[in-house]
Amino acid sequence: MAIDIETARRAAHLARIEIEEERLPALAQELSAVLNFMEQLGEVDVDGVEPMTSVTPMALKQREDVVTDGGIQDKVLANAPEAREGFFAVPKVVE
Amino acid sequence: MSELTKLTISAARDAMRGGETTSREITEACITAIDGADALNAYCAKTPEKALAMANAADARIAAGDAPDMCGIPLGIKDLFCTEGVQSQAASNILGGFKPPYESSVTARLWNAGAVMLGKLNMDEFAMGSSNETSAYGPAISPWRSAGSNKDLTPGGSSGGSAIAVSADLCLAATGTDTGGSIRQPAAFTGIVGTKPTYGRCSRWGIVAFASSLDQAGPMTKSVRDAAIMLEAMCGEDPKDSTSAELPVPNFEAMLTGDIRGKTIGIPKEYRMDGMPDAIDGLWQAGREMLADAGAKIVDISLPHTKYALPAYYVIAPAEASSNLSRYDGVKYGHRADLTAADGITQMYEKTRAEGFGHEVQRRVMLGAYVLSAGFYDAYYVRAQKVRTLIKRDFEAVFNDGVDAILTPATPSAAFGIGDMADADPIQMYLNDVFTVTVNLAGLPGVSVPAGMTEDGLPLGLQIIGRPWEEGEMLNVAGVIESAARFDAKPQKWW
Repeated sequence: MAIDIETARRAAHLARIEIEEERLPALAQELSAVLNFMEQLGEVDVDGVEPMTSVTPMALKQREDVVTDGGIQDKVLANAPEAREGFFAVPKVVE
Repeated sequence: MSELTKLTISAARDAMRGGETTSREITEACITAIDGADALNAYCAKTPEKALAMANAADARIAAGDAPDMCGIPLGIKDLFCTEGVQSQAASNILGGFKPPYESSVTARLWNAGAVMLGKLNMDEFAMGSSNETSAYGPAISPWRSAGSNKDLTPGGSSGGSAIAVSADLCLAATGTDTGGSIRQPAAFTGIVGTKPTYGRCSRWGIVAFASSLDQAGPMTKSVRDAAIMLEAMCGEDPKDSTSAELPVPNFEAMLTGDIRGKTIGIPKEYRMDGMPDAIDGLWQAGREMLADAGAKIVDISLPHTKYALPAYYVIAPAEASSNLSRYDGVKYGHRADLTAADGITQMYEKTRAEGFGHEVQRRVMLGAYVLSAGFYDAYYVRAQKVRTLIKRDFEAVFNDGVDAILTPATPSAAFGIGDMADADPIQMYLNDVFTVTVNLAGLPGVSVPAGMTEDGLPLGLQIIGRPWEEGEMLNVAGVIESAARFDAKPQKWW
């Protein structure tokens, strides 16, 4: 399947990555090459086959519903590009 | 002194216990070797003070007696592992300046066992690549060169820095991670042993996530015995990773008996690729004979869905990556783009991720977002997961028929040159993982062991694929190849 420029723009938006207009045609071509390669999967008869959800048969472990960690606000915020008054700071989200 | 860096883990362990040398001496020799090898760009962070302090503590522990096998062994750590207070960037600008306030479970196990950290190792950005060329630190350069050539070669990837550090004796061993072949392919390119354990053996907690259903950590070492020793120290259940296995970790080293009489080794016919170089085909044949000479029964087997492994992988891995990498939003850690007063939160995300992610990572994240998007989810993602079930069933069928391990080439070629693939379409680079990726999709253990050379003097590896949880038996088979092949070549020092 060929990816057109509009679809490449949409994929970039879904991924929240800003792509300059002039890069879109090359990007569309690269994505098309990989998607064409994936098209081979269409040859496989997958009728009645369960999609894999876990590569190792296992029951998901459960633990006691108790606090196991916390009280480390300074560590949590230590790597933030911008932190203020004990919070992560971001540009204005609502008008 | 310089010979100390060439020691295997097992030889160093025995020498330190016998009082012939100390961790301090070996660590100092490694630090000197690292400082003389900047041209290889293997280490992206050096931690000599930390290393010497850890070495002193290890020596005290060894002197007190009863120290674990890894005590005092200097290691290099792939940049994908979070190490407390030491830069951990996954070779990406988006994690620029990130110093984790915590330690990954695997490295914590190694430090608890007394191992010594020399520094962090170069890799492909977010482990996405097969040549270490997508790194934000710049490419890492293999210590190997073709006979009579000065051309820089890739060490493979994504664990390229780890492969270089081990093969050029800039550490005694290193950690790697493997999502589609990222331990085994670079190990094959650099003449070392690279082991990917069964999915769930090693905790993934604190390792920067790429594709969570495929990622596994493993050791990159100078010998099969070292792989057994280091793997045992890395494995074990971890409450912080719900997919880590609640299984006892065996003494893998004790399982290296060298006796494989009566074992059945499968040779999968689908791994015989069109246009396979004679050197690879010849090596595979030689490996078959080595195992037969040791008393194994060699059988031809079929893994019919092999051809579909790479296309399934390139749906599943980018899909998981697009989800995992959504956490890099410029808010919690790492890079945030400079914004104008007019920019809102969406512009913050989009500019930050455009600046922070390299080209290959951007491509895979977009591809993942696309195959997971409404209208394409069933056609790509669900279909790929069904094909993944079939690939796993292929292996289950041959194991049920009595096959104990499978022998394949590790890579379709020897190492290629830096920049050689720059103009190729992405698929050409992805083909590097054609023999390794099935193992990740099926959650199996696999090991690459050096077994021969090209005419130009570049290393080649063979891959042994084991049954789930049978890393010990798999390493025992690899040990037979190692003993029979007697691969002892080292790169000529030019750096």
